[in-house]
Parts: sequence; C-alpha cells; structure tokens
Amino acid sequence: MRKCSLSKIDLLFAEIAKTQSLYMPIDGADGRAVYSKWQAGKAWSSALNTVKSPKNFFFPHTEELANFKTAGKTIEIIDVRAEAEDFVVFGVRACDAKSFDILDRVFLTDPVDSFYASRREHGVIITTACNRPTETCFCTTFGIDAAEPAGDISTWKTGGELYLKANTEKGEALLAALEGVTEAADDAAVRAEKENIRKIMKKLPLADVKADAFGGGKTKQYFDDPAWAALSESCLGCGTCTFVCPTCQCYDVKDFNTGRGIIRFRCWDSCMYSDFTLMAHGNNRNSQKERFRQRFMQKLVYYPENNDGIFGCVGCGRCLAKCPISMNIVKVMKTLGGKN
Amino acid sequence: MQKITRDALIEKAAALLENGTVSAVLGWKRGEFDYDVTPAVFNSIDEMKEGFVWNDFCGANFSKYLVSKTKKAEGKILVFLKPCDTYSFNQLLTEHRFDREKVYAVGIPCEGMADIDKIREIAGDGISKIECGEKITVTTLYADEPVVIECEKVLEGRCESCKSKAHVAYDELMGDEGEVLDSNRFDEVARLEAMSAEERFAFWQNELSKCIRCNACRDICPACTCEKCVFGNPNSGVENKAISDSFEEKMFHIIRAFHVAGRCTDCGECSRVCPQNIPLHLLNRKFIKDINSFYGEYQAGAEVGSRAPLVNYTTEDLEPGEVFAKGE
Amino acid sequence: MQVNERKPLIVAFCCNWCSYAGADLAGNNRLNYPADVKIIRVPCSCRVNPMFVLRAFQRGADGVIICGCHPGDCHYTSGNYYTRRRMALLFSMLDFLGIEKERTRVEWVSAAEGAKFAATMNDFVEKVTALGENKRLEDLRCKR
Repeated sequence: MRKCSLSKIDLLFAEIAKTQSLYMPIDGADGRAVYSKWQAGKAWSSALNTVKSPKNFFFPHTEELANFKTAGKTIEIIDVRAEAEDFVVFGVRACDAKSFDILDRVFLTDPVDSFYASRREHGVIITTACNRPTETCFCTTFGIDAAEPAGDISTWKTGGELYLKANTEKGEALLAALEGVTEAADDAAVRAEKENIRKIMKKLPLADVKADAFGGGKTKQYFDDPAWAALSESCLGCGTCTFVCPTCQCYDVKDFNTGRGIIRFRCWDSCMYSDFTLMAHGNNRNSQKERFRQRFMQKLVYYPENNDGIFGCVGCGRCLAKCPISMNIVKVMKTLGGKN
Repeated sequence: MQKITRDALIEKAAALLENGTVSAVLGWKRGEFDYDVTPAVFNSIDEMKEGFVWNDFCGANFSKYLVSKTKKAEGKILVFLKPCDTYSFNQLLTEHRFDREKVYAVGIPCEGMADIDKIREIAGDGISKIECGEKITVTTLYADEPVVIECEKVLEGRCESCKSKAHVAYDELMGDEGEVLDSNRFDEVARLEAMSAEERFAFWQNELSKCIRCNACRDICPACTCEKCVFGNPNSGVENKAISDSFEEKMFHIIRAFHVAGRCTDCGECSRVCPQNIPLHLLNRKFIKDINSFYGEYQAGAEVGSRAPLVNYTTEDLEPGEVFAKGE
Repeated sequence: MQVNERKPLIVAFCCNWCSYAGADLAGNNRLNYPADVKIIRVPCSCRVNPMFVLRAFQRGADGVIICGCHPGDCHYTSGNYYTRRRMALLFSMLDFLGIEKERTRVEWVSAAEGAKFAATMNDFVEKVTALGENKRLEDLRCKR
C-alpha cells in the first residue's frame, strides 16, 4: 500500500497526466461534479458522485461506427475504428466500478464489441471508497462493499492522506510509475476507515433493501404481477433513469446524412422510449407499463438469468435522485419483492 | 410551509368519494424519503390514508395526467390543483385535451415548493428525515443536530418568482382566493438580453451541452401533449436520441420551446425535472416576454378558449426586422 | 476579387405567388444578384416551419431569408401574417441564443418587384459575407 498527502495530490495527478489523459469528477461552474479532464488548477470534486456515470468513458453516449461516401455508383466504406489511447479514470465509486463488470459481460462476450474492448484495454480505473454515502445509496443490496471498491487501483481518503492499493497488473504498473510521488504506508488507517464506512452503510435508510426475492428463473413469477400497473401508472416515458444509469447498455444504430456522405453511429437508447426496438412490423411493447416492466425485469430477472445470477443494478441511487416522478428500482423491489 | 393540511385534503377527498361525486383521486404519494413524491391515483380513502402526502415537495403539476386518466376513468376524478397548475388546466381545456365533465377540480393554496438540491446544499448529504412545519427541519446521517431551515431560503427557483397565487379554474376552492402577483420572472431573461451575443452564445452553449436528451422536459410539459412527438417519431427525419453534435441539442430545445410558444403557462416543470439543471424555463420565458412586448400581454391558460398569439395576427404587427431595431 | 474568397451559402425560401415570381422577374430583367442564393420555392411563406430554418443552418447555410407577399396580399389571405409573427419570435429566440441576427431576414417581395428582389439579395449576401462562416448554429458532421 502506498500513500500520498491530500495536500500534495496535485503532484500525483500531474504525474499521471504526464503520460495519459486523466479524468475525474470536477465541479463545474454550477457547482455540480462532472467527469472532466484534469489539468493543473482543477480540483478533485468532493461530491459523492456525478449525474452521468463513468460508463461514458467506455461506452460513450454517441460514437461513430463507420462512414460511407458515395462517388458515382460506388460506395466507399470508411472504417473509423482507431485504437483508444491510454487514459485513467480517477475517483470512481464502488458502485460504478462494479458496473463495468456488468457492461463487460455484455460487450466482451462473443461477439466482442471492439470499440468497447479497445477502451477497456487502454483505460485504468482508480476507485475511491465512499466516506460519506448518502441516503439514496443501496449498493450493499447487490453485495457491493463501498469500503472496498474494485478497479485497477483502490484508494481511501482518511486523515489527510490518500491511500492507494493496486488490485490488477495494470494497477500495479501505474502505481509503480507513481513511486516518486507516493510513499509506502501500512494499512492501519485504511482498516479503521473501512470499519467506519461499513458502520455508516448499515445505518443508511435503504440498508435493508434485499434483492433475494429476484434473480434468474423468476420471469413467470413477476411478469404478470398486477402491481406493474400501479408502479408504472405515472411514468412519463422519459429516458432519465436509463441515461443516468451506469449499467444500462442498450443502444440504437442510426445513419446520419451529412449531405456529402453517411455517418453510421450508435447512441444510447432507452427502453422507456416508444420507438425502442421498433421493428418493421411495429413494436412489441406498446404501453408504458410494458416498457417500464422491461427495464426492471431486465435489471432484476433477465440479466441475472443470463449472467450467473449477477444483478443488472449496482445501487448507485442515480435514478432515485433524478426520476422526475420519483419512481425507481427500490420502490419496484419493495413492492414486488415484499409480497413474495 | 403549506397553509392547508394533509388531513384537510384527505377529509375533502373522503367526503367527495363517499357521496359519489368522484370515483378516484389524483394525488401525491409518499415515497422512500420524505422528499420524493410520486403522482398516483387513489381509488379509496384507505389508500389515501396510507400513502397520500401534501407537503413542501408536492411540486408535480397534475394537469397533464388528466389527458390520459380521464380517458380511462369511469366516473369523475378529483384533482388537487395549485394556482400555477390551474393555468395548465385551462390551457389543456382550451386545446380540448380532456373532458372537463370528468374532472372535479379542487383548488388548494400553495406557499411555494421546496427544492431538495437547495436543502442538500445547506444540510448536507445523507438526509434521513425532513419535517415540513413552520420551518423545514432536516435530519442527516452526519450532523448531530437537525438543521432548521427557513422555507423561503430553499424555495424552488420557479416559486421564487411565482406569477400567481390565484386559481383560474376550480370546482371548489379550499382556503382563500389568491391574487395574481407582480413577479420578477422576466428579470433573468432581461439579464441575458443585456449581455453581448458572444456571452449569450457561451451561456447557452454551456447549458445546452449538458443536455442528455432524456426528454424529461418534454414528457413532463403540460403543453407537450402530442400523441406522437416529432422528436420521438423515427419517420420525421429529426428524431434523434444522440448527443452527436451540439447542433442537435440546440435544435431540440429551440423547436420544443417554439412548439409551446404562446401555449406555455410558465409552470416551470421543465426546469424542475431536468436531471442536468438546465434553466430551460428561460427559453419559454423569452417567448412569453417577446409575445407580451410585441403583441400585448398574454397569459396562456388565464382563461379557457382564448386565442393563442401564434394562431392569431393583426395587420399592424411588428415586422421581424423591427424586432431588433426595437431592442437596440 | 480574391480567388480563394469564401462564398457564403444563402437559402432563400420564396413564396410561389409573389417572391418566386419576383425572382423570375429579376432574371427576365437581367438584374444581377449573387449565385450564392439558393431559392427554395414554397407555396406560401407560412409554409416555412422554424425547423426548416434550423435545418438550413445545419446543412451549411450561412444565412436564411424568407420572402413572401406583402402583408395584405397573401394568396391565402393571411398566411404571411402568421409568418410575420412566427419569424419575429424565432429570430428573436436565435438572437437570445447568441446566434447573429443578421443571418436571418424576412422580406416582402411582390411579383412586380424584380428590382427589389435583386437589391434585397445583394444586400443580404453582402451582410452575411461580412459575418463570415456560420459557426454558432453549425453541425460539424455536415462539414466533412
């Protein structure tokens, strides 16, 4: 384990940023934290988390897949794929770190998504433990320990120091490169901080939310539950929950006519939208109830069914905070799971 | 704090449900926390007693829900309307979007709603309990003592410049008749207008680039009741979920504001729900301000059946070229 | 004139009954106006959806001008009165967003005003040329 004084953390950041792009939550002009590129003078935000999750680094909101140019009767296909450059994402919370595992299972299984794979390969994730989780946090529900975040390097902020521990080869390599700006440390302070965090986690209002009632093979049990009608009753059909979600992985592939050629791109899609999975014959989910059910069944039943029981939610609490009508996965779990 | 109590509203609803005037109640439902409130339909008084809330977080405007709920309802629906909600209510009636006969509207006074983000700024994270009384008392996981906050300090932005405490539509009014206020709601628009074009461009470029195209502003908007939105229709040629280029966000927000120009009642729901806190209401207010100064004062929803300024004209209207001459 | 001088792209929406005929008359009278103006004929100036204006800018226009019959002379009685309100508000909004107001214009040109059409276009092209390339309402994807 290594440590670096928080007062000298800029040296650490500068050292990382020397060789690659470094991103971290930085407060914007309006005081809200956004993952942005670090440069000298910028400070690491003290906010618990950002509105948009760091999945954007690996699975961007919009990305080009290919370009087409026509000349006479020929069409030229331009491959826009380029090897990603090395980058570091710093300050990722335990919940968001877990979300990368969930995305990996989608994008890195055959057929591998080369765009995503390239970014994963070149990205180093430095996580940080949550000293002050908030009321919307419920990562413990999905077996995530906010005191022991995953990622290539884990960090803890305590007693004016930042403690760093490498978890992977990539992490070890980076940490070795940072020896000049860190010093060796024992883990006593970190152990105490972990205890502290775990104690707080137990006190959180959502600490008792359990996902046990859900999982693979429960489609029949929940699909026709009459409660879906009331739960989805006031859903607006906007895409807020899906776009702030760190684990939502649906996308749409579209063509854009530039007047000179075609750009084929993909962008995040939302199962809450009426044109989601729209096919030539029409749509297979015609009511907001069905769309709403799809989202939560995917997180709680379909995803675990196909992925060794791992849930498709990490309990980051973004949808709890941002849904315009305050309907969210916790309410769904409590309503449906409560009676089974 | 709100002058009328939750119990008084439940009592009113109970009486109306009991005598058969209404068959269901559209109201705010308690959530996981004291501040998260979901619009819901209550079918019985027991359901109301269990889940109904009325506090400083009941900002949701129910008018738009009437469009879908009245179609399904067998009897009348009881709806509680705050003053600003009644403007949207009238506007939707003007546009024949729901059947007035199927609604029983109870006007309730509103002292302004609280903004949870502002409370969080003062009290800190980890809010475990909020009590809405004379003042707002916030208990957090990290502070030893509850924090007591004056309601005025944490008012939602739209309530700080409340345009009216008067109900313009109701079947029954609880509390006193309010008055249309002399609000300062156009001050921020005027402040932007006074900037140079470069500054304005930088301001909006920064704000609109935050847009994640979630469409929450559109979906909550009581003026956006098209069955199929042009931006949600793959055949329209402009449908786009991507934030591919800053042009797309500008196009979306300009056109959306234009589509509701003259119909927007300035309820402020768009800015309330924006996950990125973009001050979208300023676009709408700009149109309202312009309409007022070019074509005479007009408040959408102030009365049922009024002709919106954009489907109206006079032969003496201002020329587009004169608009700028006037401003300079 | 410099060889490499950038030519602006101007989109002119002209109503079928007055302004388009006015453009025709300008041509018949051999009046000069820049070839940078691309005319799109519309049945009435009020056919111009605000989206058309934005789309034109997206696809690379540097200026957009809408021409219709003089108020009171609309072939459809009142179409141009609506245009007048809509465009006044739209242009004011574009200005509010910091997009140069000189890039947009509405002019009333009758079928008999070939000279006015040519003069209007000359003036508009000159003003837009002075502003240079449209950078505030551009879609970078269309530049490639």
